[in-house]
Amino acid sequence: MAEPLLKLDDLAVHFTVGGSLRGSVKTLKAVDGVNLDVKPGECLGLVGESGCGKSTLALAIMGLIPPSRGRIALGGQELAKRDRMATARTVQMVFQDPYASLNPRQTVRRTLADPLRLHGVANRTEVDHRVMDMLAKVGLRPDHADRYPHEFSGGQRQRIGIARALILQPKLVICDEPVSALDVSIRAQIINLLLELKDEMGLAYIMISHDLGVVEHVSDRVAVMYLGRIVEQGGWQEIFEDPRHPYTRALIAAIPDPFHRADAVVARAKAHGEIASALNPPPGCHFNPRCPLKADRCVSDVPLLEAVADGHRAACHFRDRRS
Amino acid sequence: MSTPLLEVRDLQIALAGDGTTYNAVEEVSFQIGRGEAFGLVGESGCGKSITALAVMGLLRRPLSVAGGRIILEGEEIQDASPAEMRRLRGRRIAMIFQEPMTALNPLSPVGRQIAEMFVLHQGASWNEAMDRAEDALRQVRVPSPERRIKDYPHQLSGGMRQRVMIAIALACGPDLLIADEPTTALDVTVQSEIIDLMAELCAAKGTAILMISHDLGLVANMCRRVAVMYAGRIVESQVAQAIFATPRHPYTRGLVDSLPRLGERARHGRQRLREIAGVVPSIAAYPSGCRFNPRCPAVSDICRSISPEVTALAADGLVRCHHHG
Amino acid sequence: MKLGANTWVGGALVGLALTVAILAPWIALTDPVMDANLMNAELPPSWEFPFGTDAQGRDIYSRLVYGARISLTVGIVSQICNSLIGVTLGLTAGYWGGWWDDLVSGLTNLMLAIPSLVFALAIMAILGPGLVSLVIALGLTAWSYSCRIARAQVLSLKSQGYVQAARILGYGDLRIMFTQVLPNILGPLIVIATLGMGGAILSEAALSFLGLGIRPPFPSWGSMLSEARDQIRSAPWLSVFPGLAIFFTVLGLNLLGDGLRDILDPQSTTRRA
Repeated sequence: MAEPLLKLDDLAVHFTVGGSLRGSVKTLKAVDGVNLDVKPGECLGLVGESGCGKSTLALAIMGLIPPSRGRIALGGQELAKRDRMATARTVQMVFQDPYASLNPRQTVRRTLADPLRLHGVANRTEVDHRVMDMLAKVGLRPDHADRYPHEFSGGQRQRIGIARALILQPKLVICDEPVSALDVSIRAQIINLLLELKDEMGLAYIMISHDLGVVEHVSDRVAVMYLGRIVEQGGWQEIFEDPRHPYTRALIAAIPDPFHRADAVVARAKAHGEIASALNPPPGCHFNPRCPLKADRCVSDVPLLEAVADGHRAACHFRDRRS
Repeated sequence: MSTPLLEVRDLQIALAGDGTTYNAVEEVSFQIGRGEAFGLVGESGCGKSITALAVMGLLRRPLSVAGGRIILEGEEIQDASPAEMRRLRGRRIAMIFQEPMTALNPLSPVGRQIAEMFVLHQGASWNEAMDRAEDALRQVRVPSPERRIKDYPHQLSGGMRQRVMIAIALACGPDLLIADEPTTALDVTVQSEIIDLMAELCAAKGTAILMISHDLGLVANMCRRVAVMYAGRIVESQVAQAIFATPRHPYTRGLVDSLPRLGERARHGRQRLREIAGVVPSIAAYPSGCRFNPRCPAVSDICRSISPEVTALAADGLVRCHHHG
Repeated sequence: MKLGANTWVGGALVGLALTVAILAPWIALTDPVMDANLMNAELPPSWEFPFGTDAQGRDIYSRLVYGARISLTVGIVSQICNSLIGVTLGLTAGYWGGWWDDLVSGLTNLMLAIPSLVFALAIMAILGPGLVSLVIALGLTAWSYSCRIARAQVLSLKSQGYVQAARILGYGDLRIMFTQVLPNILGPLIVIATLGMGGAILSEAALSFLGLGIRPPFPSWGSMLSEARDQIRSAPWLSVFPGLAIFFTVLGLNLLGDGLRDILDPQSTTRRA
């Protein structure tokens, strides 16, 4: 079996909040014991709503936030020991907001060429060649190279962001909500582009999105997060056709479907109430206050992420119940 | 058919630019019946929000109503005076917005903001109004309403704030509730609850809803009829399920086809998403003829020169395309 | 590219002051220090002496023209020094945070609490009067505003996508600060710098007025004001001209700063492709 490209081992990222005048210091467990791996060339969909920790997880994988506990291993080597430059050539990121993710004072050419030069590509012709090549790959024209970000539309800026992420030819790209800030009619363009580039360049993706339609379309495997923990994990088809965690079912039920209005099954699966704060998560299973299946066990025992089938795991005491 | 609650006929909204006037919205016509849920769908810049603002009489310079009629229960209101519009707002037409944090007064407890509605529009005393405010919070399913009435907006989560907005909007039992992207800033599970709540409350009170969103699926699920706007015009209007099952305009078809839907991949394998080429045109550079023509897969010469007329479809539907169907 | 009236007026005034300073030896009528003739003391403006003469019989116009060199040198050099210190401290404090930020912020607060002129006075007292000590004193005491503004700007930019992207691409902290962050915060810093230059000129005037800056017989606009202090009523031309020179130069710097900030914003140059 192929060595996983990325391996997260009991990863936790805690922040201390408060203290000083306000009184007690609280711990925000943004990521609370995550085990995950991504194989080369695979697309892992990471699903969750606000406060689930997916963005913090992404930053930790990139080496931008130090973990409080656990290990992150890239290509077999622990992240802490790798140098920053080598990590940059292995993992990159595509950001959500195309309007804030480009330096407004740099031309496109400079945004793409600087990283190459920084990583030792000295030959000017080669730099130019690779920049132009990348621009073409993301569907932009050569004359776009000398323009500034504000001259482009949101979709085009996102293409530039993708080009920047791929210019160093990484093996893993974390896409953090790459299309949520874009107009609906151009989302398909960007999703198709990401998939094409994945095949062409042999990339692995972690696709973070709250849009289940997008996640189902692009992922090989899916992990669902809630308040810092992974609550379900498995192949894309299993997760969507046979979800075993009530939260996954609630996410699916929340998608409006014009053909199944006021469906009783759907109504039963919906979660009620608000997402709890990560500062003060409910005891036991974090999802229990909102769960239609809640029982006393759920408040006292934290359910572990255990297998329901080969490669499919769920963290719920009622994981063996089919929907 | 009985008189519709709201009828908009050939609405035209002008935008005064530097030196020129652009038509941000043109020839927009639709009707909403009593208690009906009607959806207006489009991307950013298509004019859906300013159409709603026009109905509320809230357009400000450089925007203004330049033509057409807005008729509320048989009475024309597009030329109503500001004082007349103030009497209508809150009492007969209410509106909720995408960002409740900016729509709520950060310095006033939420209970008081709801109570204000009763005091201002129904002459209630403050004590009475605060009691009714607590009831209103209960109706929008805020837990522990007796404690929440004292909370300030920043102490509540996004979903809670939106419930407060709904409570304020529905306080005086308006005939029409306009909701402009009310759930776009909310998480998916919370979104679904808020939509259900809105639908339930409005059905119970007989309030009609004008639901504005960029999310076709959301609108089609909640509303009976849906109109799709593109570049300032309505390009298609049909019963919700028909819009999804049999879209007649290439833009609607593009929207429906381009977004991945759950279950598609299991049924047909992963298909390349059908893209809509190009970008949404800016108001200063609307194409001549049919505004969608540069991006349309079915384009022909007539599309580039002549703007298509409205063709009526079954069940009060319409489509604006030379090659519809 | 449309430049507002402000920029043109400001630019013209500053340009004039700089030209005068540079061309001083050629456009002065007399030697500002040596040509003193007590017979000509305190004469009002005339053809021979366009701005009149001072108590020593020296031509005020020529002294003004040479004085421009001193005032502008002090203004520009000390502000450059202040900006360098302030921006470097503010940039690093905002970007790195932690104990360094605490230290710099504490220091800034300290500096802001002490009136900078008093501080400069103290330094001058130690170093003694003269042009060099003036520049040092003013250059080391007025960096707090740049520091504070730079820090605030960095804090707001730190979480922007492109700064994070740069970190992810392997850029080192210093490279990010100077190539990604700094170019994007120049606007307000330029305005502060030009305001600061004006302020430094005024401070020089004040210090020289107090007798601690440029010592006689060398002319600076401030020392000229100082020497004229007793004759404001009897010989107003002794103070009016240096006063006007300071006024117009500082005004010009402020207007120019405003204009420069607008020019440097890339979004005002080209429109959407």
